[in-house]
Amino acid sequence: MSKDKSEYLINRKDNQYEVVIGLEVHAQVTSESKLFSTSSTKFGAEPNTQVSLVDAALPGMLPVINEFCVKQAIKTGIGLKAKINKRSVFDRKNYFYADLPQGYQISQFKDPIVGEGKVILDMPEGQKEVGIERLHLEQDAGKSIHDLDPKNTFVDLNRSGVALMEIVSKPDLRSPDEVNAYVKKLRSIMRYLGTCDGNMQEGSLRADVNVSVRKKGSKEFGTRCEIKNVNSIKFMQMAIEYEANRQVDLIEDGQSIDQETRLFDTKKNETRSMRSKEDAHDYRYFPDPDLLPLEVSDDFIEKLKLEIPELPDEKKKRFIEKFKLSPYEATILVSDYETSNYFENVIKKSDVKLATNWIIGELFAALNQNNLEITESPISAGNLSKLINLIKDGTISGKIAKIVFEDMMEGDKDPKKIVEEKGLKQESDPKALEALIDKVIDDNREKATEYKSGKVKLFGFFVGQVMKVSAGKANPQLVNEILKKKL
Amino acid sequence: MSDITKQSLSELIKNIKDKKLSSTEVTKAFVERSEKSKELNAYVTEDFSAAIDKAKKFDENPNLDLKLPGIPMAVKDLFCTKNVKTTAGSKILNNFTPTYESTVTQNIWNEGAILLGKLNCDEFAMGSSNETSFFGCVQNPIDKNLVPGGSSGGSSSAVAAQLTPITIGTDTGGSIRQPASFTGIVGLKPTYGSCSRYGIVAFASSLDQAGPMAQNVRDCALLHEVISSYDEKDSTSIDFKRNNYVKELTNNIKGKKIGIPKEYRVDGMPKEIEDLWMKGIDYVKDCGAEIIDISLPHTNYALPTYYIVAPAEASSNLARYDGVKYGFRADGENLIDMYEKTRSEGFGAEVQRRIMIGTYVLSSGYYDAYYLKAQKVRKLIKNDFDEAYKKVDAILTPSTPSSAFKIGEKTNDPVSMYLNDIFTVPVNLAGLPGISIPAGHDAKGYPLGLQIIGKAFDEQNLLNIAYAMEEKINFKNKITDWWIK
Repeated sequence: MSKDKSEYLINRKDNQYEVVIGLEVHAQVTSESKLFSTSSTKFGAEPNTQVSLVDAALPGMLPVINEFCVKQAIKTGIGLKAKINKRSVFDRKNYFYADLPQGYQISQFKDPIVGEGKVILDMPEGQKEVGIERLHLEQDAGKSIHDLDPKNTFVDLNRSGVALMEIVSKPDLRSPDEVNAYVKKLRSIMRYLGTCDGNMQEGSLRADVNVSVRKKGSKEFGTRCEIKNVNSIKFMQMAIEYEANRQVDLIEDGQSIDQETRLFDTKKNETRSMRSKEDAHDYRYFPDPDLLPLEVSDDFIEKLKLEIPELPDEKKKRFIEKFKLSPYEATILVSDYETSNYFENVIKKSDVKLATNWIIGELFAALNQNNLEITESPISAGNLSKLINLIKDGTISGKIAKIVFEDMMEGDKDPKKIVEEKGLKQESDPKALEALIDKVIDDNREKATEYKSGKVKLFGFFVGQVMKVSAGKANPQLVNEILKKKL
Repeated sequence: MSDITKQSLSELIKNIKDKKLSSTEVTKAFVERSEKSKELNAYVTEDFSAAIDKAKKFDENPNLDLKLPGIPMAVKDLFCTKNVKTTAGSKILNNFTPTYESTVTQNIWNEGAILLGKLNCDEFAMGSSNETSFFGCVQNPIDKNLVPGGSSGGSSSAVAAQLTPITIGTDTGGSIRQPASFTGIVGLKPTYGSCSRYGIVAFASSLDQAGPMAQNVRDCALLHEVISSYDEKDSTSIDFKRNNYVKELTNNIKGKKIGIPKEYRVDGMPKEIEDLWMKGIDYVKDCGAEIIDISLPHTNYALPTYYIVAPAEASSNLARYDGVKYGFRADGENLIDMYEKTRSEGFGAEVQRRIMIGTYVLSSGYYDAYYLKAQKVRKLIKNDFDEAYKKVDAILTPSTPSSAFKIGEKTNDPVSMYLNDIFTVPVNLAGLPGISIPAGHDAKGYPLGLQIIGKAFDEQNLLNIAYAMEEKINFKNKITDWWIK
């Protein structure tokens, strides 16, 4: 029953529809230079300043494969537990466009560098495996800029020839939530590997989303539509939601679905037809005669395997086993490579339980509020670790720690210094506390009498008063002990 | 001065090294003769005054250790030359000046040679008569209104007419060997992967190969030695040990086994060609080599295979000429309209024909029947040669099924034009080296060539056989200078 609840279904009068989704993710390979030329791939440079003769497709220019990009693709394949194809072929995908200087894109069609693999998703109802159909290397196109001039289009070729990995999933996804988890997991794996920075704002990760619907229980796939080039997870989810409902409405209305390519309009939140199957390009794929088939040896692959770091799934397992984290905590901490590093740095010298709570709680909230990545955290792992130790050894209370933490967010200050400067050190001297408590009891004689006569609830009142008088610095544990004796 | 242009490359080098001639004298002689030979229309771009300047500079401090010390030389206009217009014989590149140099021409300049200018050729090297050039037909110095062959027609004409001591062409289906044969000179198409394709305007990438054209085999060997190099910028370039082709050149080919493929006896082959071939066999025997009958059973399929593979690759290679980045652009209502007008006006009829053929054979639904099948046949053709080379060291065939024809004679019959390549095309499909040497004349006095096909990377053996035969043939080209007033 609980599984049913989590199922994403579209309900109409008498029918329930299941949504079938497959993703073609285009991930920009992290590399200094382009797939077939030596020009830089750096984002944000002046237009047309990172364009070689090869990128601009001048006569007689020839592509030469960048070995580093090949390694990156293979590493990603290993990270996806996929079959690495020792022989792959680069094909030409022919079409005309102003930002495609060669008049063809060099891609891999029949023989991709990486074959079938899988990605494990951690969904609230449990783990889900999503199949990977293939991963292939291809060139990115340049950029057409239509809004700089009313009559002309400008072309920026900086991106022309940058290496992309197209990662094609099997049609295993069933909901926008799963798509969210899938893209995040894929991104996480690639960031661990250092093969794609996953930066969606800069276009390093975008996807074509294939959506079809079918009546619940049906084994047949429905006719799919492909939504092109969606560049954020949020938009992917919105597009799927819209598109699935559109298809269901058509079916309910007795109409059929046309296989077509659609665009997602982010302003109107709807998908629109771009071209039908009949208008589909004939790309005239054929092996690029300028490039020999790409052949890699077992040895080459084995050496790359040695460079693969611990990946999120393995790290999660280790965190649970070694640090006794809950699966929930572990999933959060490993989802981002930098976060897991931060965590491991903090716990090098401090308590795991406290560190976990502080990172997932206070730190994440503060970073979120300031719109910062973990790598931009004003509080270094070292100083957070110190703060946690101050709590652990009783120098400050958890409450005071929050005040210190806020201070630390202003700039990476040593928490010990903040405690000293502001005199926030916890009062743990029993004599000093006794004096304080004596004064509180003295000031509240009536209440003390009531307590003694059986109104035990008043104990909390006295603790509160002591804390108030001590400006929160009194060691709560000692206060409890002494109060009990005194009262 | 006229004596100078009559000298072979080897003689010129010797005279320059012996300080009997300066580079300036040699360069001026070729410039002068070229100036007087405009009617041949061999040049698309002349770079004469720059050439003389370079020659003077060379003479100021001559490095005589170089292989081509101060030797002037014009090259086919398919090679990109830095700061010198490079057109590929097309209107679409008529305004294109590269900022870079092809590897092959760079190798030549590195050895001390000097660029005279750029030589006419069929548009994008597509043609067998130089008639598809945007810059007009080239005259064969052998006779007025005779084609010089193609696509390296400007190159063959210029060498035969002594406008340049040597030159380089490119050969995709016979574009060096056929024009060499039509003009009575020597032309070598090296093994695919010997010479870098970097900076050569591409026609069909898996077939294109640059090669030398010269008055004789020795000069051809020398130029090949200069241009053949491994180049990381060309992924199909092959890193193998290259010979000192001149130093190792020998006319001793005793005991070499020469194959005669029966399938090259094509229907309707003129008797003159048959006779020439028989004479060639005798020459080879005279040199002490052994003749062995062989079979290349798939020869018949070579031409149709070629006319699928080459246009397919060309249709994609020429997509970059779209009016967006460089070259000719026609105004259009929108992007598609601009593309259509640019490419309709910028490309000539033959290029358009081949782009259409190529687009068709790669189309979905036709790919398997044409392109894929052609690739399979190509493999069989290569296997034929591999089988044959188990028995022989080289293969002897005619270079062309006829001597040079008249300008205009075949322009309206593309298939008959394509048939010209019947003996040369299989060599490209198999990636092998082939050389055409002048071997006789037909009844009209037009030169005829014989082709020797070698094993891959066996250019030395090929050159040796050609060298030995050349000595026996003792060919004299009949050039009357009819175009010089």
